[in-house]
Amino acid sequence: MTESVLFYLFSLAAIVAGASVITQRSPIASALSLVVCFFALAADYVMLDAHFVAVVQVLVYAGAIMVLFIFVIMLLNIRETGPTPTGVISFRAGVGLAVAGLLGVAVIAVLDSVVHKAPAELEPGYGSIKAIGGALFGGAYLLPFEAVSLLLTVGMIGAVVLAKREV
Amino acid sequence: MDSVGLMPVLVVSGVLFTLGVIGVLTRKNALIVFMSVELMLNAVNLAFVAFSRQNASMDGHIFAIFVMAVAAAEAAVGLALVILLFRNRVTVKLDDLDRMRG
Repeated sequence: MTESVLFYLFSLAAIVAGASVITQRSPIASALSLVVCFFALAADYVMLDAHFVAVVQVLVYAGAIMVLFIFVIMLLNIRETGPTPTGVISFRAGVGLAVAGLLGVAVIAVLDSVVHKAPAELEPGYGSIKAIGGALFGGAYLLPFEAVSLLLTVGMIGAVVLAKREV
Repeated sequence: MDSVGLMPVLVVSGVLFTLGVIGVLTRKNALIVFMSVELMLNAVNLAFVAFSRQNASMDGHIFAIFVMAVAAAEAAVGLALVILLFRNRVTVKLDDLDRMRG
């Protein structure tokens, strides 16, 4: 019971923070809202027995990625000038809402037939580092894991090359 | 064990993804568009974890971690592009980049 209540609480926090991300004027306020959203999602992962993913969420997303964002925002030091033109915004918001509504209807229509099934029994240790490591290194995911490490290297080199003044 | 079902999690995931789509379509600031993309990636991660729990399998967790790694690489390269853009054009507004408009 408490698990469900906490899940709804943190989900509400995540959605409110997510709405705040896209409505704030200043990028730094958006970034801080996004940090709140990531923390709330990490709590949701704990409610879903994904303990390691929750830890990685806080470390990688709320830690590394958001620090990078806030660093870039402060580095560029952008000033928002003048009010946002509301006419253009509301037209675009209409288009966005239409697309989003279509997506939502499609998702619910597809999933409604699938989800009325009791969740499978979890074995002890589900979601732990041991289980993740076993699945990651002991099964079919070894090659994708190596590919991801290559991708991270390429991303790092690409970022350095792009942001350097003189190559 | 009493816990949340699959449907509420998927609804939360869908709402977050929708917020991300709205952000990408409506905002002009390149940084906020990037943040909306991160929001969408997180919504997908939530759905992965929810389905993984439903089937008592670890595969969804692995995919969530892969998504995080790809998001980290994407954020690094994307923010480097934003810095480059600001250095060359002194703007981060996407509407100012209309050189390829016909």
